[in-house]
Amino acid sequence: MTIDMSQFFQVFFDETEELLAEMEKLLLAIDVSAPDEEELNAIFRAAHSIKGGAGTFGLTDLTDVTHVLESLLDKIRKGEMALSAEHVDAFLVAKDVLKMQLDGHRLQTPVDQEAVVDARMLLQSLSQGDMPQAMPAASLDVAPKVEAPAPVPIAGSARRFRIELPKVTDRDVEALMAELGLLGQISKEALADGRTAFTLDCTGDSEEIVAICSFILDPKDLQITEQAPARQMTAAEAKAAQEEAQGYGFFDPIEPTAEQSAAEKAAKEAAQGYGFFDNFETHEMKETKAAGLAQVPAQQAPVPSAHEPSTPHPVEKKAAPKREAAGGAHNSETTSIRVGIEKVDQLINLVGELVITQAMIEQRTNTLDPMIHERLLNSVSQLTRNTRDLQEAVMSIRMIPMDYVFSRFPRMVRDLASKLGKRIEFVTHGAATELDKGLIERIVDPLTHLVRNSIDHGIEMPEVRKAAGKSETGRLSLSAGHQGGNIVIEVTDDGGGLNREKILAKAKSQGLPVSDSMPDGDVWQLIFAPGFSTAEVVTDVSGRGVGMDVVKRNITAMGGNVDIRSAKGFGTTISISLPLTLAILDGMSIKVGEEIYILPLGYVVESLQPDPADVKEITGQGRVVKVRGEYLPLIPLYKMFGIEPRFTDPSQGIVVILESDGKKAALFIDDLVGQQQVVVKNLESNYRKVAGISGATILGDGGVSLIIDVAALLRSSRQLSADESIFS
Amino acid sequence: MTQNVQSIAPVNGEKTDRDIAGQEYLAFTLGKEEYGIDILKVQEIRGYETVTRIANAPDFIKGVVNLRGIIVPIVDMRIKFNLGEPTYDQFTVVIILNVAGRVVGMVVDSVSDVTTLSPEQIKPAPEMGTALNTDYLIGLGTIDQRMLILVDIDKLMSSAEMGLIDKIAA
Repeated sequence: MTIDMSQFFQVFFDETEELLAEMEKLLLAIDVSAPDEEELNAIFRAAHSIKGGAGTFGLTDLTDVTHVLESLLDKIRKGEMALSAEHVDAFLVAKDVLKMQLDGHRLQTPVDQEAVVDARMLLQSLSQGDMPQAMPAASLDVAPKVEAPAPVPIAGSARRFRIELPKVTDRDVEALMAELGLLGQISKEALADGRTAFTLDCTGDSEEIVAICSFILDPKDLQITEQAPARQMTAAEAKAAQEEAQGYGFFDPIEPTAEQSAAEKAAKEAAQGYGFFDNFETHEMKETKAAGLAQVPAQQAPVPSAHEPSTPHPVEKKAAPKREAAGGAHNSETTSIRVGIEKVDQLINLVGELVITQAMIEQRTNTLDPMIHERLLNSVSQLTRNTRDLQEAVMSIRMIPMDYVFSRFPRMVRDLASKLGKRIEFVTHGAATELDKGLIERIVDPLTHLVRNSIDHGIEMPEVRKAAGKSETGRLSLSAGHQGGNIVIEVTDDGGGLNREKILAKAKSQGLPVSDSMPDGDVWQLIFAPGFSTAEVVTDVSGRGVGMDVVKRNITAMGGNVDIRSAKGFGTTISISLPLTLAILDGMSIKVGEEIYILPLGYVVESLQPDPADVKEITGQGRVVKVRGEYLPLIPLYKMFGIEPRFTDPSQGIVVILESDGKKAALFIDDLVGQQQVVVKNLESNYRKVAGISGATILGDGGVSLIIDVAALLRSSRQLSADESIFS
Repeated sequence: MTQNVQSIAPVNGEKTDRDIAGQEYLAFTLGKEEYGIDILKVQEIRGYETVTRIANAPDFIKGVVNLRGIIVPIVDMRIKFNLGEPTYDQFTVVIILNVAGRVVGMVVDSVSDVTTLSPEQIKPAPEMGTALNTDYLIGLGTIDQRMLILVDIDKLMSSAEMGLIDKIAA
């Protein structure tokens, strides 16, 4: 029987990546002076889960690193060693190494073996940190592994288990011994009451042993205890050795026979208080179970060598931590499943259809006599409610908390700040705010750029800040929250703020139309102009990566806009406002002739019926309409789209004032129909891009209505001549 | 509808050789001419329903309709190739095609049947004589007295001439 392991590999890779991200998040959040025990446990669990998974898949390089990491973590969480900033740094380095190794397995990217060895040595030397002169021991400790990593499993991240069997026949004992022997070195001893005990040195964990034994025995009758791993022992011995100044000759038997080492172990335990390794595994497992992290044992269940019928089942369980990692609720019991995004989209589509059908039924029943059809009408109104609930529930599937984005910043801020020699306190607000998955993925890059900018150019060096009377530590905050139908994401720093004069001077030198009396808001928008690097303007440090114009373009493409507030000396806030989802749009339906179009409500400022005297003709330029003292270009939709209108005189129809990119225009239409939420459908999936149209939607009657691309319409209105459709 | 079409197929299709693609053809008429397209490209056949006009689109693109939540453009072949009178009533037929990963509706005068053509029944297309450019023709199929103009619908619908797909360079 062969099992296709590749699918499990993928799950393992995904999950390990999540665990690493989770670990990093926890490490960055931890308070070094007073670490929370629960947080330490969570970090430990993450490391342990990775080790378990990697061991299962035979990725020994990952297990090697995680094992040292785990040992050190274990000491800290048990209070044997105080957490220090060096530890956190070392853990972060280890995390990067693990990520590199993971990518090495997954994407075949090169792995820097030196970095791996360095990280391991660093961790090992730290784990003997209670004696600073431990370096020789550490190097000795590493040496045998580097020289002979492969042939004997014991050299790697060996662990020692004592397995006490219940009464079984000799034949079974022999069979078990042969099976377990595949895992590592095994030895047998007979116990007084006729039972048998094995001592096993292997790289796996007790789950594997249980899995193997369960072919012959009831796992309940089995007693497995983990004993001090051989390598830990050598470290302990090294300590003893140094203390006793007896030289290193003592180390020759690196692989002592099981009995010997057990005896030695017992002796050491008694002498040096390493007893905490006893029952290590079982104790730890109890703890994880109590914490509700069922995936830890689940991960360890599949055994490569075993013909394990239950192998597919860990996949189901493994799907669980996704949400947890995203939601940051590591303790609460969360269950989730991984589902392909196309399935969700299909569901959303179908529900959209249902809503339309429901609207149709509602429309048809409206004409019925409420007295005669009371029961039918009641049912229909119930259907309406249920459909709305269903739609809301389905739409929420695509929503992901902003934490998904925010969580990647603490590390970046930390690294960048230390590189630049700045001190920055990073805070986030509203990480639970939910946003459409499609938008979340596209907001990451612009946001990264803005955060980088704030650190690079916004927040000043500590001495500058001190001189300005501010605290030396700069404050950078990321926040997200709902405002009306939008989500607003803000990047705020308390740095130097933008320099109005420099921006204006730069704009002038680039030939942009600026004047000294421009309002601040307009001046700040200049930094979004292409080729207008904030670096050159504000600080003279050169920028990197995408420019602010790309940030602006990306956000505009998502239907959002960017706003800057800045005060010199007090900092800058860049505020991004995005629609909640791309799939649903608040629209205003309008009518021209017999055709109905949708205007995205976000662009609509107001609608009015102009006075005939306010409509003026400008030769060769079309008409303008005067609204509150402002002359706005009049865009007759019937001309743009070649429709036979009911009215050609704006004072008989309606003009809708639209605003996009700070430019206003008056769209002349026949009538307003109503306001509704519409499901945006792509026109390009089966047709092609149509100028002036951004998409389509399905109306309550099942017909199709086109959504007007207001931004394009306003852009083109400037080239509009009186009797020519610009799109033809 | 799709099911109906397919259930007709086996009548003539016993000796279908699946090694050669497009053995079965859906026959439809445009004006007085009879055309055939690969049946596997046909998703379904529907009646004509009200379309939403697309501003500034060519005449033969009637607009878009809602096909179970998908926005589908409707092309009137009679206008495109100047064949027959473009009338729209309850007998007007729209063939919903699935070509090049897209769904497109095609208005024709009527749909007659599904026929199986063996390779020897298909003659090369003449240099001239049909409304369609010979580039889009597979050949001429003959069944007794009938002659089907076999159209490579994939090529036709994705051609720049139809303007259904954005040109990459544009």
